[in-house]
Amino acid sequence: MIERLARWVDRRVGGSEFAEKKLTKIFPESWTFLFGEVALYCFVILVMTGTFLAVFYESSLVDTTYEGSYAPLRGVEMTAAYHSVIQLSFDVRAGLFFRQMHHWAALVFVAAIVVHLSRVFFTGAFRRPRELNWAIGVTLLLISLIEGFAGYSLLDDLLSGTGLRIAHAVMESIPLIGTWTTSLIFGGPFPGEYIMSRLFTGHVFLLPALLAGLIGVHLALVFRQTHTQFPGPGRTQRNVVGARLWPTYTAMSFGMFALTTAVLAALGGLVQINPVWYYGPYEPFIVSTGAQPDWYMGWLEGALRIFPAWEFTGWGFMLANPFFPAVLLPTLTFVVLYFYPALERTLTRDWGYHHILDRPRDRPIRTAFGAAGLSFYVVLHIAGAQDIIATQLNVSIVSTMYTLRAAALVVPILVALITYRWCRDLAGSSQRPARAGAEAEAAQPAPRPAPAYGHGASPAEEE
Amino acid sequence: MSAESKDGRDQRVATVAATIAFVVGIGGGIAFAIVYSVGAETGWYTQALGGSLAVATAAIGIGSVIWAHKLMPHGPEEEERPFPGGNPDERAKMLATYDDSLEEIGRRRLLGRLLFAAVGVTGLASLFPIRSLGPSPFPERARTAWNRGVRLVTEEGHPVPVDELDVNGILTVFPEGHIHDADAQTVLLRVPSDIFEPLDGREDWSVDGYVAYSKVCTHNGCPVGLYQVETQQLFCPCHQSAFDVLQGAKPTFGPATRPLPQLPLAVDGQGYLIARGDYDVPVGPGFWTWPSAARQETG
Ligand code: FES
Repeated sequence: MIERLARWVDRRVGGSEFAEKKLTKIFPESWTFLFGEVALYCFVILVMTGTFLAVFYESSLVDTTYEGSYAPLRGVEMTAAYHSVIQLSFDVRAGLFFRQMHHWAALVFVAAIVVHLSRVFFTGAFRRPRELNWAIGVTLLLISLIEGFAGYSLLDDLLSGTGLRIAHAVMESIPLIGTWTTSLIFGGPFPGEYIMSRLFTGHVFLLPALLAGLIGVHLALVFRQTHTQFPGPGRTQRNVVGARLWPTYTAMSFGMFALTTAVLAALGGLVQINPVWYYGPYEPFIVSTGAQPDWYMGWLEGALRIFPAWEFTGWGFMLANPFFPAVLLPTLTFVVLYFYPALERTLTRDWGYHHILDRPRDRPIRTAFGAAGLSFYVVLHIAGAQDIIATQLNVSIVSTMYTLRAAALVVPILVALITYRWCRDLAGSSQRPARAGAEAEAAQPAPRPAPAYGHGASPAEEE
Repeated sequence: MSAESKDGRDQRVATVAATIAFVVGIGGGIAFAIVYSVGAETGWYTQALGGSLAVATAAIGIGSVIWAHKLMPHGPEEEERPFPGGNPDERAKMLATYDDSLEEIGRRRLLGRLLFAAVGVTGLASLFPIRSLGPSPFPERARTAWNRGVRLVTEEGHPVPVDELDVNGILTVFPEGHIHDADAQTVLLRVPSDIFEPLDGREDWSVDGYVAYSKVCTHNGCPVGLYQVETQQLFCPCHQSAFDVLQGAKPTFGPATRPLPQLPLAVDGQGYLIARGDYDVPVGPGFWTWPSAARQETG
């Protein structure tokens, strides 16, 4: 069967040589390489469950009255969007299950991307020749955040409506284009006429298409450039050591896909998430306290809360307060992410190829910088729950806010110093055994400035 | 010798484990199908769906991983890396071919420029329909549905008589004919007259202790609906801004920078509260063209 198929394809398209090479392609094995894969599997699950949901969802703000099977909401006025979500949750078979699985998959998806990105950062996997794939990965994170927020907003429940209201304010604060862009996107003053159908188009078509395309390129580049590997016996810059793509690696990956699905199915079935029927439909004048966005938006929520009450007016224009925490901060975040490889290259004057990964301790400055950065976002994330913290700990909201503000400035510095020291100590203690072992050559971090091997390694020839 | 037999035993164990896992996988799949078909009326429908699918896929996953990990070849095998990549000779050839093509195009320079211009103009023109997306933000962003003589009405649309609220009472109101309007939503408060002193220039904006402020938070636009009577503060639930009711709703805490705009009030002939006009500045969060919108309003 396979033989006939192979002959059919080969006679018409060719490529048997290519296929043979791919089957025997080698992938290095390490559990730290798993996170990117998990993100990919989540994406697959998101597309499948999302397709199911899209069939029932109605992206309309037209008013209707609920008469379905969920008694507490009967007779309540709501938009068609929210109505369709309640219908889906209570009156479509397996609807609630797939909705919850979809939501969990989205949360795990972004989490896996963030962990994967951290792994790539701390092990130096972004270095030449993989800068382009780093940039694609950062873009995938950016799109995923927008995609997640759009999906969350589609439900038009009280919480998501409040989130959308804030997004409107943030968008309006963008210099130059803010006022107009917001009006165009929302289709008029808040809440606008078209926002739901536009979010829907973005969420189910535009952004997933972008994600799918970029994921394809991301993987193709991993294939083309081969995977990095940790130092070890027999592993050098010039080879990849590991298991074959077919069958070992494929079976392993398939197993991981099934296990990811299992976790998401268990979460979707057993752990309730976003019970929008409790929140009720969105009305712009109804107050919701203790509202929390999805986790990956927490840092922005926190930044909005603890950023000082600054606002600047001049020459007939205004830099409104949300601009700084919710436009400038994310912009800077992504600028730093995009340019980090170039920055490190310039500072370390290391233009060499790197296929052997660093141990984080061997790069104390990079590791300290990364840890400090992560801690900054963790503090912001915590600040996103400052009202809950204040009530839980029974302290005043005033002191909570000032503490968090101070923490956002101080904690990253402390984390950087501690991490740096720690790396130094660890690296010092492991010097001797490493030198004695056979892997000494491979384990050595590239000296700086690196006399990179191969041609095209000098800055002059850099394109 | 003994190591070999240990390997053999390991493999047998792994084979048995994977077999069991796949059988469980088949069972889980069947269970999911049955749950889906007959379980809809039970109280545990969603849980049973998730549980059965999780069991099925977990078993498949575990079986596959055991198979891959214990029974498939692991090498370690080696492959050469294509990088540092690129072949300088091929690159030079490619660039040379490209240069040749430029020479060819260069002979029809005018045509090239015209094509460039035509594509540019058409491209720009095709951006124009972006404008169809939505209306101009003005004047809507600069003003609300409030107007001189417009009655205050409740969420249900009832007009508000002067004796509607007790002292320290709070009510959300809208301009008549615009119930639930997001930008025109307003909080009507009745503060004790003995502690209330109107701001300069706003002496006649309140009636009988009634003051009205925009309910749209000047930070991010959430409804400012929590009223703490002891401190006479309005709180915003979103980012914890607080506004002092006695001082023209000036922000006292949190990220909000501007006071909530105040709605000037009066009473009409039948004893119902009315507005004396619109807010004197744009309501809600700041935006890039806020200052010019504010001028448009007062001018
Ligand atoms: S929206 Fe009111 S404090 Fe942010």
